[in-house]
Amino acid sequence: MTVIRRSQFSLRYQTRQALQGYAFVLPWIIGFVLFSMAPLFQTFRYSLNQVIVSATGVEQTYVQWQNYTKALFTDPTFIQLVIEYAIETLVSVPIIMIFSMVIAMFLNLRLRFKGIFRTIFFLPVVITSGPVIRELVSQGATSMPQIATSPAILRFLEDLPRTLRSPVEYLLTSFILILWFSGVQILIYLASLQKIDRSIYEAAAIDGASAWESFWKITLPSLSTTNVVVAVYTIITLSHFSENKVVRYIYAQTYDIEGGIGYASAMSFLYFAVLVLILLVVYLLLMSRAKRA
Amino acid sequence: MSLQSLNKSGLPTSLARLLRLVAAWVKQHRDRIRGLVLGTRDTYGLVFTALVYVLLIAIGFVYLYPLLFMLITSLKSPSDLLNPMVQWVPSELYFGNYVKAFNVLDYLNTLLSSTLVSVVPSAIQTIICSIVGYGLARYQFPGKHVLFGLILATFIIPPQNTVIPQMLTYRDLGLLGSIWSLILPALVGQGFRSAIFILIFYQTFLSLPKALEEAARLDGASDLKVYLSIAVPAAVPSFIIAIIFSIVWYWNETYLTVIFLGGGIQTLPMQLSKFAQAYENLYPPGMVNIFDRLNEAVKLSGTFLNILPLLLMYFLLQKWFVESVERTGITGE
Repeated sequence: MTVIRRSQFSLRYQTRQALQGYAFVLPWIIGFVLFSMAPLFQTFRYSLNQVIVSATGVEQTYVQWQNYTKALFTDPTFIQLVIEYAIETLVSVPIIMIFSMVIAMFLNLRLRFKGIFRTIFFLPVVITSGPVIRELVSQGATSMPQIATSPAILRFLEDLPRTLRSPVEYLLTSFILILWFSGVQILIYLASLQKIDRSIYEAAAIDGASAWESFWKITLPSLSTTNVVVAVYTIITLSHFSENKVVRYIYAQTYDIEGGIGYASAMSFLYFAVLVLILLVVYLLLMSRAKRA
Repeated sequence: MSLQSLNKSGLPTSLARLLRLVAAWVKQHRDRIRGLVLGTRDTYGLVFTALVYVLLIAIGFVYLYPLLFMLITSLKSPSDLLNPMVQWVPSELYFGNYVKAFNVLDYLNTLLSSTLVSVVPSAIQTIICSIVGYGLARYQFPGKHVLFGLILATFIIPPQNTVIPQMLTYRDLGLLGSIWSLILPALVGQGFRSAIFILIFYQTFLSLPKALEEAARLDGASDLKVYLSIAVPAAVPSFIIAIIFSIVWYWNETYLTVIFLGGGIQTLPMQLSKFAQAYENLYPPGMVNIFDRLNEAVKLSGTFLNILPLLLMYFLLQKWFVESVERTGITGE
């Protein structure tokens, strides 16, 4: 009797738990359906149509995959921008990761004025908005002018093969901008570094490991999951940024007579696919490392 | 005894003693110098410390370069701008650019609406995300993994994949250009970057001890009451971090605000993005003399005025910003 009663009670307790849990997350589920899933499907439907918005309503004519084929095969700008975006992202992500890891390791040392440096390195996160960046870039404030336009560098650029030139140029003209996207990443690395047990380093030092060896054998393996988080965060931030060339092009096409909402929606989905692809490649690359460690 | 032996000993012995003393002292001294310069087990040594500081200061300068450039250029008078000799030190402190930028941005009005548009949705978003995060941290229910996957998905989906239908719906409802177009998504946990805040609260509540909440529940408190009276007070730091980050991100967000608020509320970044046009409306090119034409100093003054409120907020609350990741425990486990 008692056994049965108890199991009944535990069942009831579990259902009660589940119901309470659903009650707490219910707002989000409603919001997800209304503000993410439904618009996502709607955008997909738009992408298969020619959409004309008038004062009276939205007119749609079904055009199958024409918007997609237009973006992929007819429109030379879109593909070029996406390729540039992919290259720039793949160049920026390792730079941001290494830079923020190095800065985090510096800030993890026992130094004075650490707080001041931490404040400086986090500052861009607070002030980075699209229009601010656009103004700074257009006034040439984001590249060291003496470096980016020096004759030696220009000569060097001329000698480079074409495929390499644009990423290098991008590096030179927006180097500071790339670094500006490292604020949150530095904090994430710093927090992970502080979690590593100091006694491991001490034990290694007693066994005769140099600081260099400790870095490769202790620090880096401990950061492997953090690397994944940082990489994903970086890719998403760069891809969603409102000054991103592809984002701006899609936005411009939305209100264009030639393009329109249908075409912009198709491009959004293609862009989304490229973003997921980049995420997947980077994720798998870093995960295989993390597992081996 | 020793005094006697010293007296008795000849010159060579005392010299040897002296030398031994000096050698010992030097050896001791050398160890200290070695320790000072190259570091010991407990200190880093002068060479290493100096190297780190030089690197940090150099990188810090590169980091702040755009801001310094902006600040200095914005203080240049029109004649300083044309003078190639004036690069880093303006010949006078000239605030004329700021006066113009202030007028062009319609500063007080846009500042007020920017504040409103970022604070109100942020507050709502923080509250809702904390409720969702609490539900995920404290209750077991089927489909939780799916839910986490979907939350991550909302973080990945680019805004342009969902924004157009939302915009058209708001247009039909007559909400385009009003703050409601930002409040409604926030009210159901779909505000700007809400996935991050849900994860922050999930981690926070997970790390809080359960015992107190269970005791209250045994005493007959309802789940909502437990959340409000025990979980929320314990998670105050996370609330502060979430709301200030949310304010910053809403403030800086322009893609969504331009689409949702365009034609209605004007925020500072929106006004900045059409600065040139607004300037020419206020100071028509044909009507003003050449020194009052739009130049980079005025533009950068506008940019500086744009980030000034955020800079003030940052320096007042910087402890909360830079300690956020440690306090909320978001590192990826």
